[in-house]
Amino acid sequence: MTKNPSLLKNPGIDSWISFSMDGLINVRIGKVDIGQKISTAIARIVSEELDLDPKRIMMVMPDTILSPNEGMTSGSNSMEEAGNAIRLASATIREILMELAARELNTSVASLEVTDGTISSRETDRITNYWDLQEGRLFNKAINIEAKVKPGNLYGKSQTRYSGADITNIVTGSYKFIQDVNLNSMLHARPVRPPNINSKLDQIEVEVEGYLKKKGITLIRNGSFLAVAGMDEYEVIKAANTVKRSAVWKQLRKFESASIFEQLKNNKRISFKVLDGIPIEAPIAADKKIAPNIKATYSRPYVMHASIAPSAAVAKFEENELEIWTHSQGIYLLRASLAELFHMPDDKIKIYHRSNSGCYGHNGADDAAVDAALIAKALPGAAILLKWTRQDEHAWEPYSSAMVMELSANIDTKSKIGSWKHSTFSDTHVSRPKPGQKGLGAANLLASRFLDPPIIAKPMPPNKMKHGGIHRNLEPLYGFENQLLIKNLVRNLPHRTSALRTLGAYANIFAIESFIDELAEEICVDPVELRLNYLSDQRAKACIKAVVKEIADIDANQPNHGWGIGFAQYKNSKAYTAVAVHLMVNEAAEIKLLKAVIAADAGQIIDEKGVIAQLEGGFIQAASWTIYEEIMYDDENILSIDWESYPIIGFDNIPDFKTILISMPDEPFLGVGEAVCGPAAGAIGNAVLKATGLRVRQLPMTPSNLRSLALKT
Amino acid sequence: MIDFTLHVNRKNYDVEAMSDTPLLFVLRNNLNLTGSKLGCGSEQCGACAVLVDGESTFSCAIAASSLVGKSIITIEGVSENGTLSAIQKAFLTEIAAQCGYCTPGMIIATTALFDKNPSPKKQDILKALQKHLCRCGSHARILTAINNMQSDHSQND
Repeated sequence: MTKNPSLLKNPGIDSWISFSMDGLINVRIGKVDIGQKISTAIARIVSEELDLDPKRIMMVMPDTILSPNEGMTSGSNSMEEAGNAIRLASATIREILMELAARELNTSVASLEVTDGTISSRETDRITNYWDLQEGRLFNKAINIEAKVKPGNLYGKSQTRYSGADITNIVTGSYKFIQDVNLNSMLHARPVRPPNINSKLDQIEVEVEGYLKKKGITLIRNGSFLAVAGMDEYEVIKAANTVKRSAVWKQLRKFESASIFEQLKNNKRISFKVLDGIPIEAPIAADKKIAPNIKATYSRPYVMHASIAPSAAVAKFEENELEIWTHSQGIYLLRASLAELFHMPDDKIKIYHRSNSGCYGHNGADDAAVDAALIAKALPGAAILLKWTRQDEHAWEPYSSAMVMELSANIDTKSKIGSWKHSTFSDTHVSRPKPGQKGLGAANLLASRFLDPPIIAKPMPPNKMKHGGIHRNLEPLYGFENQLLIKNLVRNLPHRTSALRTLGAYANIFAIESFIDELAEEICVDPVELRLNYLSDQRAKACIKAVVKEIADIDANQPNHGWGIGFAQYKNSKAYTAVAVHLMVNEAAEIKLLKAVIAADAGQIIDEKGVIAQLEGGFIQAASWTIYEEIMYDDENILSIDWESYPIIGFDNIPDFKTILISMPDEPFLGVGEAVCGPAAGAIGNAVLKATGLRVRQLPMTPSNLRSLALKT
Repeated sequence: MIDFTLHVNRKNYDVEAMSDTPLLFVLRNNLNLTGSKLGCGSEQCGACAVLVDGESTFSCAIAASSLVGKSIITIEGVSENGTLSAIQKAFLTEIAAQCGYCTPGMIIATTALFDKNPSPKKQDILKALQKHLCRCGSHARILTAINNMQSDHSQND
């Protein structure tokens, strides 16, 4: 029995792979490209398992008509789910076609060889090929989960390597993003947002109607949801600004003014003990005999996905059928949520995935699709290309929750860590639209709360999945005795929050890896040695040793220089990643990253460049969160509304990288997309301590935060 | 609406747009040149960069009608007759892009730099790219791509 949810839901070969008559092969997956290039790795697997030139492999863009339903593209699961399904589907096809070929050529399966889909035999001169054998028929068979796959160490031996068709189109500007979808009689549209999420539309000044009419712009109004649509994009942008100025809003509630960290500690909450990565209903009590004698509290503010392209969608409503082009990470879940919202049957809604810029989690993609659908329903027959503005994206995407991590430990008389306690306080990290009895489909779409009647989002129930949201990587991989791990889901916080790359793991690992260095200092032991002493997993140790070896020559003894390390195995089950960072802190209290060494064990590696890109890109993004990012707001407005008010890392702070991939060709794929982020933050914090003597426990490490910490210390 | 002529990618185009319509919208919607990207609309991110008389220029706020008589080159015009420029080849070889949304702007900025200074120092490259944002963290590979191109050139010299 397979545990792969993608295979359980889509057991037939035909859901995944089909041969077309023109010597090509169509590969369909339900995981979507969100900048991580999953389709490149998938195409390579098919090419290897079936011994095909990559040029014959057509990766079909996912839609809800033919693509397998693989739920959400998230959590670094795509290689383990889609990757394995495709590998087994390809291997099953190979078995079937080899049998057919042996019969056709009147020879034995063992004598057959495949070169780019052409099958020959050592025992006969006759040849055949996949397409002649299959003749465009469906397979009508289930994937054999025990099919014999090509061993990992034989991957990459073929002459042509698949490097992804998209990259050529990207460098020439011909790659089509969602914003570039071009349909007949298309209208441009923009939403018109209220001042904040607690607003209700009171009225729109009547004069605006004459203006819009003169400009040929349509105003769409549904309750407090407002949008404008028209032929000329720039005219639409101007109209959106005009409507915004003439709309009068009532404020139902203000943002709570107390510090978010006080709210995280003081608000109503639901708490769970976490055992083996799973939250359980059990009394929470520490063993009194081993009371902690060292403690520290870490925190990080709200941060955002901050995609480079604002969210967008195309929608068309005609003859009771709704078509949507979207960059959602879960097209089937979005379809079901839209069906719930519009009271339409699923099969009357067709959704096509198109790429937008990288999203790194649940950004405004689904919300933009609903906005476009609302406009399309108001203007039947017209295709609507809706784009959020930069300000919309910054102010309205679902944020990643602010978090507080309280850690404490007992150092016993023999300098051993006798107990370890970690309690994390956070809002939810998952409020994706997921329809069903709990009513979290339509309600989790932004526009729903502004409709008449409004559909108000309910508080998300606690995520009890293993290494789910808040408690992702709450459990350290280190074998500390007497652990007490607590997840606190805090209610009534000001902002809408959902999934950003790593969910809770980034901040939990930052806290764990900072605290370990604090303990090492207390015990007077080398922090690397302390980590190695408490790890039993050899693969984990190998990563740490690999980075340490690489930084042995770094001279970090210059004034204001320092290096630090961080480590984690993502979700304690995916890629292992150790990071070492060398940095300096200049007179302006700015952190300058000089060198980053990453060592990762991601099991068998299919797309080496893709893995390195994920690791180095993940490091840079995490460095940006760590050093620069914090969402600012007052009691009524989000103040971080563009790149000046929400700065991110730039070319002036990119370290030299040395990235080591530990080769494990016989091990299963381990998801790598999120593995580096937490260790990166830990390493940066530990290096800043070495450089400045300051232990930064509250993120981000901006010059002003470093200065005020220096004044307090 | 006013009529004017824009010189884009070595050709003249008659354009009808408002006097203040930014160049980016004219390129994307009137000329169907969608390689230049809308990222912020306020000259903060660089996704919309094009060459105007050889200078890297953010096109999302500058009025198209103010550029009559100038030579505009978009990402589509960087490669001539289907042949990639050395910079495009370098990005391609290094796969110096992740989602690719910022890439056209990055290539434009690099092109403008090398047209003026064929052997820029690292500081010049960082300065030319500093206003260009990338959220996927492809910076290191972009710098490697440019660096590899420079060492290839010096070997050929």
